[in-house]
Amino acid sequence: MADDAGRPTGGLIGQPHVRIDGRLKVTGQARYPADEPLANPAYAYLVISAISRGRVAGMDLAATKATPGVIDVLTHENVGQEVKPPMGPDGKPTTTTLESDQIWHDGQIIAVVLAETYEAAREGAYKVVVRYAAEAPSATFDSPGVEVEPLKANETRHDPAKGDAAAAFAAAPVKIDARYDTPIQHHNPLELFSTTCVWEGPKLTIHEGTQNLYWLKGSVAGQLGLDLADVRTISRFVGGGFGSKGAPTSRTAWIAVAARRLKRPVKLVTTRDQGFTIATHRAETRHHLQLGATPDGRLTALVHEGWEVSSRPSSYNVSGTATTARMYACPNIATKVTVVHADRNTPGFMRAPPDTPYMFALECGMDELAYALGKDPIELRRINDTQTDPVSGKPYSSRSLMKCFDAAAGKFGWAKRDPKPGSMRDGDWLVGYGCATACYPCNIGPAAARLSLTPKGKATIQLAGHELGTGAYTLLAIVVADRLGLQVDDVQVMMGDSDLPPVPGAGGSNNAASTSNVAAKACEAIRQRLAMAAVRTNAGIFAGVDPATLTLVNRALVGPDGRSEPLETAASRVSPGAIEAHVENVPQGLPPDAAAALYHGRASLLRGQSREDVTAFAFGAQFVEIRVHRRTCEIRAPRAVAAFASGTIVNPLAAHSQYQGGAIWGIGSALHEQTEIDLRTARYVNHNIADYLVPVNADIGEVDVIFVPEEDHEVNPLGVKGIGEIGIVGMNAAIANAVFHATGRRIRKLPIRIEDLL
Amino acid sequence: MRPFRYEHAADREAALQAGRSAAAAAGEAHVRAPVQYLAGGTTLIDLMKLDVMRPEVVVDINGLARQHGEIRSGPDGLQLGALVRMADAAEHPAVRRDYPVIAQSLELAASQQLRNMASLGGNVLQRTRCNYFRDVTWAACNKRAPGSGCAAIGGPDRGMAVLGVSEHCIANYPGDFAGALAALGATVDIEGPGGRRVIPFEELHRLPGDTPHIETNLAPGELITGFSVPAGPWTRRSLYLKIRDRQSYEFAIASAAVALDLDAGVVREARVALGGMVAKPWRSHEAEAALRGHPLTEGSAQAAAAAAFAQAVVHGEDRFKPELGRRTLVRALLQCAAMEI
Ligand SMILES: Cc1cc2nc3c(=O)[nH]c(=O)nc-3n(C[C@H](O)[C@H](O)[C@H](O)COP(=O)(O)OP(=O)(O)OC[C@H]3O[C@@H](n4cnc5c(N)ncnc54)[C@H](O)[C@@H]3O)c2cc1C
Ligand code: SF4
Repeated sequence: MADDAGRPTGGLIGQPHVRIDGRLKVTGQARYPADEPLANPAYAYLVISAISRGRVAGMDLAATKATPGVIDVLTHENVGQEVKPPMGPDGKPTTTTLESDQIWHDGQIIAVVLAETYEAAREGAYKVVVRYAAEAPSATFDSPGVEVEPLKANETRHDPAKGDAAAAFAAAPVKIDARYDTPIQHHNPLELFSTTCVWEGPKLTIHEGTQNLYWLKGSVAGQLGLDLADVRTISRFVGGGFGSKGAPTSRTAWIAVAARRLKRPVKLVTTRDQGFTIATHRAETRHHLQLGATPDGRLTALVHEGWEVSSRPSSYNVSGTATTARMYACPNIATKVTVVHADRNTPGFMRAPPDTPYMFALECGMDELAYALGKDPIELRRINDTQTDPVSGKPYSSRSLMKCFDAAAGKFGWAKRDPKPGSMRDGDWLVGYGCATACYPCNIGPAAARLSLTPKGKATIQLAGHELGTGAYTLLAIVVADRLGLQVDDVQVMMGDSDLPPVPGAGGSNNAASTSNVAAKACEAIRQRLAMAAVRTNAGIFAGVDPATLTLVNRALVGPDGRSEPLETAASRVSPGAIEAHVENVPQGLPPDAAAALYHGRASLLRGQSREDVTAFAFGAQFVEIRVHRRTCEIRAPRAVAAFASGTIVNPLAAHSQYQGGAIWGIGSALHEQTEIDLRTARYVNHNIADYLVPVNADIGEVDVIFVPEEDHEVNPLGVKGIGEIGIVGMNAAIANAVFHATGRRIRKLPIRIEDLL
Repeated sequence: MRPFRYEHAADREAALQAGRSAAAAAGEAHVRAPVQYLAGGTTLIDLMKLDVMRPEVVVDINGLARQHGEIRSGPDGLQLGALVRMADAAEHPAVRRDYPVIAQSLELAASQQLRNMASLGGNVLQRTRCNYFRDVTWAACNKRAPGSGCAAIGGPDRGMAVLGVSEHCIANYPGDFAGALAALGATVDIEGPGGRRVIPFEELHRLPGDTPHIETNLAPGELITGFSVPAGPWTRRSLYLKIRDRQSYEFAIASAAVALDLDAGVVREARVALGGMVAKPWRSHEAEAALRGHPLTEGSAQAAAAAAFAQAVVHGEDRFKPELGRRTLVRALLQCAAMEI
């Protein structure tokens, strides 16, 4: 897939750089969507359902309408016809809201109160009296009334399989046969879900924190029957997304309708508890894992069956068997996934959606197998390591898994581990070491960008990218500066606006790969124009030189012999103003309409598991020390070490934070987070961040990150694999494995809590 | 939040005057009175935003800090004004030295920001974290809507109480500081329309019984002005052990406030209060009696723990709590006995 973007770097890619937007953020100047100053806004407050299944039989709005400041109330009766239902995270039908009286789930939007102030809107909402025609809901697995849907393979979804796994498992001399559970989790980004809509004539502007500007734009245009060109989405900073702001949700179109009715801007900021049901979550999953092995540790069978909960109308699923089937060399593989439909809101993306729950099962299973074999868990992985995708037989574009294990094990001090469970202590604390494989497929999408360069050496790159706190602005400044021979400070990065060229949503860890490659391609377009002009002129030093040999270094155009000409001279030759390039990058392997679809908000990603040429994954190894109090069984994680090999790292400083953040979230995921559901009513109970626990500073000790150098010439021209999600993937299992080592208790469900160890 | 009138009371008399109208209106439950005192606001404002509490008048009593904002420590004991901030009490040198259980119970509660804001009077009156209580869309909650039932029974009950519960309410009293006060046999100074009275802290809160909406024996309009903690040879050998899923900023899932007076390893006097699973601040006289006169050993600590939880009532997910409570108490007692004072 190499093209001209894959030229050697100018030395900035791979150098740590502080965030160019850091100062704005820490001084409170970064403008998040809900901060947008507005002329004469009205405020919206959502009324959400208190039942999980049934119908809205009626609403008494008298007290609401009599509340001083209340202007209007949207219900299915007065606006239901004005909006087409949005699609779910998988692009297929999902639950509805005000389109009808139907209630699909707890906390579904059933009315929107509009008022002169936020306080009046909230007061008015509290006064809405809803009459329900309630039906008995199904909450989750095993609840009466759920519908069970075994998934079938289709164009985009496969159940990886090979050989005869059942027979191989039956015949295996050493076996693990275990079931695992993962809980409902909610993202709870710090920035609450908000939407502000402003109409100017037929044109609608939406300010909303989103991970996918063009999808949101396309979705709302479709729902409201608007021309795509009339909808603009703006989201210059996102206060954390983690997947929750990836897919459009129903609220946006209703706020647009509200603003149209009121003929003034309308702003909605939802509450923390509403965020649990008006957006998505990570669904609870179940796993049945069977591993068969020879006595010397070679896998002979891998059977992984998963179950996931979704809403009634949606079959959204993550099917992480596409990952687990590819982890280790194994001749016999069978996988299967079943969706269980309950009266719940539709789940969606959450950091490493397939890999986090499914790798928990596989990597715990590998630890169990290591114990069954009497082998070190790292050695078991070494025995089964492979450079070939065991499902497709294609080579991995690069796979440095064991280098990661060795680097992390060394730093962690794995050699000090006495493998016997319960054997290590420090005073009243039982000590356990655990490890697991982390991985994430390398995804890249089509992307477009506009780049301009002035003779004075100032560059501006524009694309509708997303800054979720990951350092996306800085990443592009580094790439452009590197490629154009400038300093990072010379580059202005404009993102977060759908009036700019489209890129895929920030999800699936594709952002760095998609945007840095298109930026490099834009830089290359400008370099070519400078080079062509330089070699064609009779006056310059490069007359007649091969343009491909000229590079931009240090504000100069440099020839192969080291002679150079100032950028100002070279650029003025092309234009005394600015040179501009608009480029689109469609990675090889994507369908021909990929670029066109991008403008409609439908970016198709080239996924690491389904490429024609190679299988592309990033790999890592995660190690954790766990301590369990011998009497009261509190579980603490004072130390974690992780090593990752993820191709080209554009900004090691940001990558370090991203990896650390993954490990920290992993501690939360394994030990703290769980959305509790009331089984009788299918309602979430702990929908606040006092009761939905995430780690606090005191829970996090040392988190060490090791970068294992890796060059990947196959994955994409810049060799960027993406690092957004991998950091969490191995943590669940590493922690559960460490808990086993500390206590001898094998806990196969998350989160692991005090009561599991008493 | 619903509109309310805000009043500022410059001193105790003004506050009581403003609170007087509550006395007439409210029947027996002060939390349901139309007039509510506002101290740090970290419970009250929170519940008003959630629409759980809907006072018509909020009387800001922070001005009373001049009269009731002091910490005094003397030979008879410790006096804590109701308007003392949690953080100030936790950091006070005499409290830390002579009443470590109090300092620790405060320091391990909430977050620094909350402790800077919250008052000791407001703290003991904080209300349950039961999510069925705090979310008004649940119709059944006897505490919020008397006679409506209890949605929590049969739901996820990991955070609920197992001691002192009734079939009408299984809510946990969440505060930490109250455990320390209960263990040390503190008294509460109360001023009301009917004058001043002093009651044992143990009698401030009520068991839910069939009236879980009546949480305390405070009459509407009554004001807590302070707490007195009697001195005793056990206060220095005291500690607060708080067990929770995360290391900080979480309510207790189990806790023990203990104080010991030891004579060559034999318990002359023991003070024990339990938390994280109690319907009201819970002094365990049973545990104390089991310890008194015995050497403090693993065995006697176990016996005390068994006595403390003999009456525990469990429902579902909370089945592990008596065992965790016992272990917490044993650990606290052994740790307390080992303290160097
Ligand atoms: C996120 C969070 C975490 C928390 N974690 C913990 C924890 O781990 N442990 C813990 O113990 N607590 C915890 N708390 C509770 C906190 O300690 C209490 O909210 C606080 O102590 C209440 O004090 P305040 O002064 O703010 O009370 P306010 O909110 O002002 O008052 C509370 C109630 O008491 C009444 N009142 C106040 N003062 C008086 C008085 N002098 N006389 C009569 N009535 C009065 C008010 O009318 C009101 O009804 C937490 C709170 C929050 C929000
Ligand atoms: S436990 Fe008490 S506070 Fe909770 S719902 Fe039941 S009655 Fe209400």
